[in-house]
Amino acid sequence: MSMIEFNNVEKYYGKFHALKNINLKIDQGEVVTIIGPSGSGKSTLLRCINGLETVTSGQLLINGYDLADKKTDMNKTRKNVGMVFQHFNLYANKTVMQNITLGPQVVLKQSKAQSEEEAHKLLELVGLNEKANSFPDQLSGGQQQRIAIARSLAMKPKALLFDEPTSALDPEMIGDVLNVMKTVAEQGMTMVVVTHEMGFAQEVGDRIVFMADGSILEDHSDVAGFFKQPNDERARVFLSKVIKHM
Amino acid sequence: MFDIFANYGGQLWSGFGYTLLSSLYALIGSLVVGTIFALFEISPNKVLRVIGHIYVEIFRNIPLLVIAMIFYIVVPQYIAKIDGFTAGTIGLTIYTSAFIAETVRAGIEGVPVGQMEAARSNGMSYGQSMIHIIMPQAIKIVVPPLGNQFINLVKNSSVLAFLAGFDLMYQGNVIASTTFRTTDTYFAVGLLYLIITLPMSYGMRYLEKKWSAERSED
Ligand SMILES: Nc1ncnc2c1ncn2[C@@H]1O[C@H](COP(=O)(O)OP(=O)(O)OP(=O)(O)O)[C@@H](O)[C@H]1O
Ligand SMILES: [Mg+2]
Repeated sequence: MSMIEFNNVEKYYGKFHALKNINLKIDQGEVVTIIGPSGSGKSTLLRCINGLETVTSGQLLINGYDLADKKTDMNKTRKNVGMVFQHFNLYANKTVMQNITLGPQVVLKQSKAQSEEEAHKLLELVGLNEKANSFPDQLSGGQQQRIAIARSLAMKPKALLFDEPTSALDPEMIGDVLNVMKTVAEQGMTMVVVTHEMGFAQEVGDRIVFMADGSILEDHSDVAGFFKQPNDERARVFLSKVIKHM
Repeated sequence: MFDIFANYGGQLWSGFGYTLLSSLYALIGSLVVGTIFALFEISPNKVLRVIGHIYVEIFRNIPLLVIAMIFYIVVPQYIAKIDGFTAGTIGLTIYTSAFIAETVRAGIEGVPVGQMEAARSNGMSYGQSMIHIIMPQAIKIVVPPLGNQFINLVKNSSVLAFLAGFDLMYQGNVIASTTFRTTDTYFAVGLLYLIITLPMSYGMRYLEKKWSAERSED
């Protein structure tokens, strides 16, 4: 059984057709990167996986539970899927430590002591132990994003979603965040990453998905091969632009 | 003016007491009712949203005096006997709650949507996200405009005078019509309102200053 499975998923925003006949299977431990031009539906796809958006029709199975089915408890499935946002979205009214421990305490009913012990390990992992008592607006963008990753990991999710996690960062901070993501991937986390970082896609990604205009046009396990020779014309144009841009 | 205090002090301070009491009840009541309807207005549930919207649009668009009169005259006729003080305080509560609902709604909507999305993808329910993340941030946005609503509320409590509510304005009218010393009387009444509203005003300024200082320290 796949961890995440889209079967003929359609998504409309009002009359606007945002996702068109999406079929996608992601297995446990896989790192899938999603690329594509602006407005192609990448964020929408991710947001459907953790229930921030509902699909209009089709089947979206997470661990076997159908998110399109009204009987599925969204809060329960969401516990298993974390999300890292482009603009970090750390809780502005909480310290770094509280950002990481709130979910475990409120949702997983962990004790304060236990959640803080785990948080220190995660802060170690992202290299920010000295920032435990800072507030988000006292941190750089790169630091905030690493805390956001730690916050997601604290829930011990089965999968992590990343929506352009480095797009809002100054260039010199991108490397730190990508390194943390690479470490998480090496620990076997199932990851779906929307990104413009083609280096990361090649080095860390097990698979690459190219989207345009609400559809998946390419889906390859041979990531390097895809970069050398994309089949679809739109993918070729997109890659030539992105790579020239880099 | 001081002889008004000397001769009618008892009456004035009694009115002051009723004004203070009515304001206090209406303040607590309108804060609770207003917050509930604000939560209705932003609820994911469409029925609740419509109810919240109708409530706000009806009660903030009818003059306070009309609402109070309805409670003073119509309600005793058909439902239950209530005195002028109670009718006025209920009217004041409902009227103010419509404005507070709008203020609280704007405060909640002033918190960036990313905060709610992060909380939800962190596994929290809608209610948990509201309690731990959204409301604590909304309070800071909402306190300055709420302070204004509360000051208005105290002043608006003078509507009780029309309903024999024994408030400050009512006693002022009585004293003025027996002594014909209108100027002195209403100066005295104004002064007593200031005793309630000025500390509120300065309390607000203090909070605003404190919070903006906290923010610039970061
Ligand atoms: N809440 C919404 N209501 C209406 N339309 C929306 C909504 N969210 C997204 N869209 C539209 O759906 C399309 C896909 O949006 P989406 O954000 O998924 O694209 P994307 O691939 O993530 O783009 P980008 O690279 O710019 O982030 C866009 O045309 C967008 O305008
Ligand atoms: Mg996007």
